[in-house]
Amino acid sequence: MRVHLKQHLCVGAGLCVVSSPEVFDQRDEDGVVIFVPGQEHPDPKYHDAVRGAARKCPALAIEIEEEG
Amino acid sequence: MVTQPLEAPSFPPPRDGKCPFDPPPAYGEARKKGKPQLVKMWNGRPCWIVTNYDGVRAVLSDNRFSTDPATPGYPTLSAAREAVLELPPTFIRMDPPEHSRLRRLFTKEFMIKRIDAMRPRIAELVNELYDQLEAKGPPVEFVNDFALPLTSTVISEFLGVPVEDREFFQEQSRLKVLLDVDPSIPKQAAERLMTYFDALLRKKEKDPHAHNDLLSRIVIDQIQPGHLSHEEAVLHADFLTMAGHETTANQIALGTLSFLQNPDQKELLLARPELIRNAVDEMLRYHTIVQFNGPRVAMEDIEVSGQLIRKGDAVFALISAANRDPAAFQNPDKFDITRSPDYHVAFSYGVHQCLGQPLARAELQTVFSTLFKRFPGLRLAVPFEKIVFKPDHFVYGVDALPIAW
Repeated sequence: MRVHLKQHLCVGAGLCVVSSPEVFDQRDEDGVVIFVPGQEHPDPKYHDAVRGAARKCPALAIEIEEEG
Repeated sequence: MVTQPLEAPSFPPPRDGKCPFDPPPAYGEARKKGKPQLVKMWNGRPCWIVTNYDGVRAVLSDNRFSTDPATPGYPTLSAAREAVLELPPTFIRMDPPEHSRLRRLFTKEFMIKRIDAMRPRIAELVNELYDQLEAKGPPVEFVNDFALPLTSTVISEFLGVPVEDREFFQEQSRLKVLLDVDPSIPKQAAERLMTYFDALLRKKEKDPHAHNDLLSRIVIDQIQPGHLSHEEAVLHADFLTMAGHETTANQIALGTLSFLQNPDQKELLLARPELIRNAVDEMLRYHTIVQFNGPRVAMEDIEVSGQLIRKGDAVFALISAANRDPAAFQNPDKFDITRSPDYHVAFSYGVHQCLGQPLARAELQTVFSTLFKRFPGLRLAVPFEKIVFKPDHFVYGVDALPIAW
């Protein structure tokens, strides 16, 4: 799985951080979504939670590329 | 544009007196018709109501639907509401890109890690209020003796609004959002709030380093570098204060009432405390207290759930109806804390989704993880039928909640 963040869309609701704190964080300056370092390709054990985060994101700022 | 005022049902429709927790039955009937339905607003104007979960999410996440009351065709709920919407807007009544610019000046304050750091203080306040309830002895009135003091104190300390002024801002905020009153009432309340927050911000601008609170940080981070004007800051200070106490207090009262009416759910939460996050999201879904979200107007022709909405048409994307859509939530009219309902739209959806939701969740999780442990015998002090609900308020809730233990 490869995750893409559209930071320009992010509204800082924080649902992704609640869903998958191991993968998503918020930038200190403005609360915009960032990756926990190295989590662009999250560990498979977090995939379901990451999919949930993408589904819940109100600003549609998380895109998932499922890789074979 | 829909030009002919139609023979359409009036909006808002009444709730069912026997099931005060449920949204108006007319929403369910409208949903069964399979596409958005026309209703007639107080001023005779037509408006589409969207009642299915997918349709509501589609409207709220599509920025071609404007949330700016100045956009021609914007639907309002009453003359009083219209008067308030003529006042200068905060970011929740703006469209991108202005919306995004202003909202981002505040987002860092509501980051999950910042709000999580407030949890110990919230727990302390909750415990102090429990002590006061106990000292007072039953019966107590839970809204004014617990819910409002808690949420008002939390938002006061967070923003840096003097807590001793809480009765003033509680009362004026309440008057400002009344729907069925003379328009002068909310307008005057709004003016009093503007005067109050203007003076408060002037004080903080004089010495922004005196206190480490949100409004002082806004002065330093946003007003001084020129990202935000004093006038904009005044409007947003008022908005954050109101949004921060009125809604959560109503949710605490209704959530408590739901547990008391569903003792099996109360026992379940006591037996399985790990359900607290689900339980809080379930009460958010079940009550959807911001009952008249979200008004929009189409800026282009757009199809929603099989209905063409024309440019200039008014729309209400009803989050309270979406959260009871059986296509999205199994057995939606049951309050069931074992479901995982966190995809609900109680905080709206799209770019306007509630900025303060982490704070609301932190307060609700703190209260409901402790309330029934501290007061195992909690019960209503009056028959359920005597509880007065507020269907004509912008935020749904109860007037008073007398409880004993």
